[in-house]
Amino acid sequence: MTAIVSVKNLRKSYAGGFEALKSVNLEIAEGEILALLGPNGAGKTTLISTICGITSPTSGTVTVGGHDTQKEYRAARAMIGLVPQEISLEPFETVRASVQFSRGLFGKPRDDGKVDDILAQLSLDDKKDRKIMTLSGGMKRRVLIAKALAHEPRVLFLDEPSAGVDVELRKDMWAVVAGLKASGVTIILTTHYIEEAEAIADRVGIIAKGEILLIQNKAELMAQMGKKQLRIDLVAPAAEVPAALAKYALHRAPDGQSLTYTYDTKGPRTGITTLLNDLQNAGLQMKDLQTQQSSLEDIFVGLVKEE
Amino acid sequence: MNLNAVKTIYVHEMRRFQRTIMQSLVSPVLSTSLYFVVFGAAIGSRIDQVEGVSYGAFIVPGLIMLSVMTQATSNASFGIYFPKFTGTIYELLSAPVSFLEIVAGYVGAAATKALFIGIIILLTAFFFIDIQIAHPFAMLALLVLTCISFSLLGFIIGIWAGNFEQLQLIPLLVITPLVFLGGSFYSITMLPPVWQTITLFNPVVYLISGFRWSFFGVADVSIGMSMLAITVFTTACLAFIWWIFRTGWRIRQ
Repeated sequence: MTAIVSVKNLRKSYAGGFEALKSVNLEIAEGEILALLGPNGAGKTTLISTICGITSPTSGTVTVGGHDTQKEYRAARAMIGLVPQEISLEPFETVRASVQFSRGLFGKPRDDGKVDDILAQLSLDDKKDRKIMTLSGGMKRRVLIAKALAHEPRVLFLDEPSAGVDVELRKDMWAVVAGLKASGVTIILTTHYIEEAEAIADRVGIIAKGEILLIQNKAELMAQMGKKQLRIDLVAPAAEVPAALAKYALHRAPDGQSLTYTYDTKGPRTGITTLLNDLQNAGLQMKDLQTQQSSLEDIFVGLVKEE
Repeated sequence: MNLNAVKTIYVHEMRRFQRTIMQSLVSPVLSTSLYFVVFGAAIGSRIDQVEGVSYGAFIVPGLIMLSVMTQATSNASFGIYFPKFTGTIYELLSAPVSFLEIVAGYVGAAATKALFIGIIILLTAFFFIDIQIAHPFAMLALLVLTCISFSLLGFIIGIWAGNFEQLQLIPLLVITPLVFLGGSFYSITMLPPVWQTITLFNPVVYLISGFRWSFFGVADVSIGMSMLAITVFTTACLAFIWWIFRTGWRIRQ
């Protein structure tokens, strides 16, 4: 794997003593889509801000395309595009002027054709002469993406791109992200929405309390850590879980009509056969059985709770 | 050197100036013209000459300086405060630009606007008052230096300000009094001796005195002192801004 972004022992503590990042190590491969999942205050935005130069690290190094973000900040930053979480735009500017401003700021010569292409890609071509304050929230978010793409970055950071965005725009954005990936752009996005990570990411990182708890290929992660649940519907409701079944840690539905057993698919034995035998011995009659694969969301909630 | 970035910031700021032309240009020119009419033509005709110059002409350099200083400060402070207010400063911080490039763009534009206003006020003054300029090149040099140094000061205020009230506070409470008491309307030799000494601690005195010298060849303090004062002031502002970007004071956590 050739890492385009490499984060080593990155720490960030604020003046008040709060440690936003505790020695983060992260390698991001060129051309991949990495989703960083984590609850509010986990350090996702701090991590992105530190890589992009908005926040200064307390210690540690970050390189982008082999360039140190502190010592060779020009070369490093020229490769990065950032879509911030907050909608931060100058209200009186036109869409086109705002995107041109971003391009110039990153040192690229003026190129109206290029800017128009980017606006078209984000379905903003009919809005380019409108003032930003006249646009809807979703359109403003597209402008933010257009600004981040204006200088043709190799690495794109999307900080919570779906916050407050309707389903249609979210789907559009996923299409834009897929198009960028196809053109070789590396994409790092943070999100609350597990379905978003599940839908577009190649790898998923889980971050909580300033630490990366886990970072893994999405499919492997789901296969390895995936727990399954077996729901047993009963013929007659059970008033309580029989003592003989205590070792299975069954969850009884409030109405007593069903019991749920959680098991690990990666273990050599799932314990299902013995459970079913024990159920019969305990005199419980089964009406139906169903199993369910846990989603990334369950894995995520499980990991964050363990912490 | 990211010259494209400097140009981009400069053009962006000048466009803002264009959009707000009434407020940016017309209002300072109009209010200064009123001073010319009231103090120069109306009251001035009843006042004796000051240091061999008619009162109407005497106040012209001071009034130009008054406008240029306040305009440079407010333009530059607003220019950098606005991205902080809207949050678009993230872009400046994440862009491959150095502090000098950011300052060159914002301060360059603010200084250009102030210079533009200063020259228009000077041209307006010719309509109302009979004046000659003894040292036109020195006059222009002092005007440009004042525009730059007060734009630098404004830039610092814009970075420091946490809200719009603070943005107005320094110009209102510090710069306006210093300019009014800096000899815009009088020669400091007209003050009692104690006040003459106190006044020498006001940096604006040196600027107005030097500027007036370029018009009439007479000054309260020597032109050398004036040049030294403005150089020290500009260097101090630049050093402070360098420190701001180095430490990230008020802009980068």
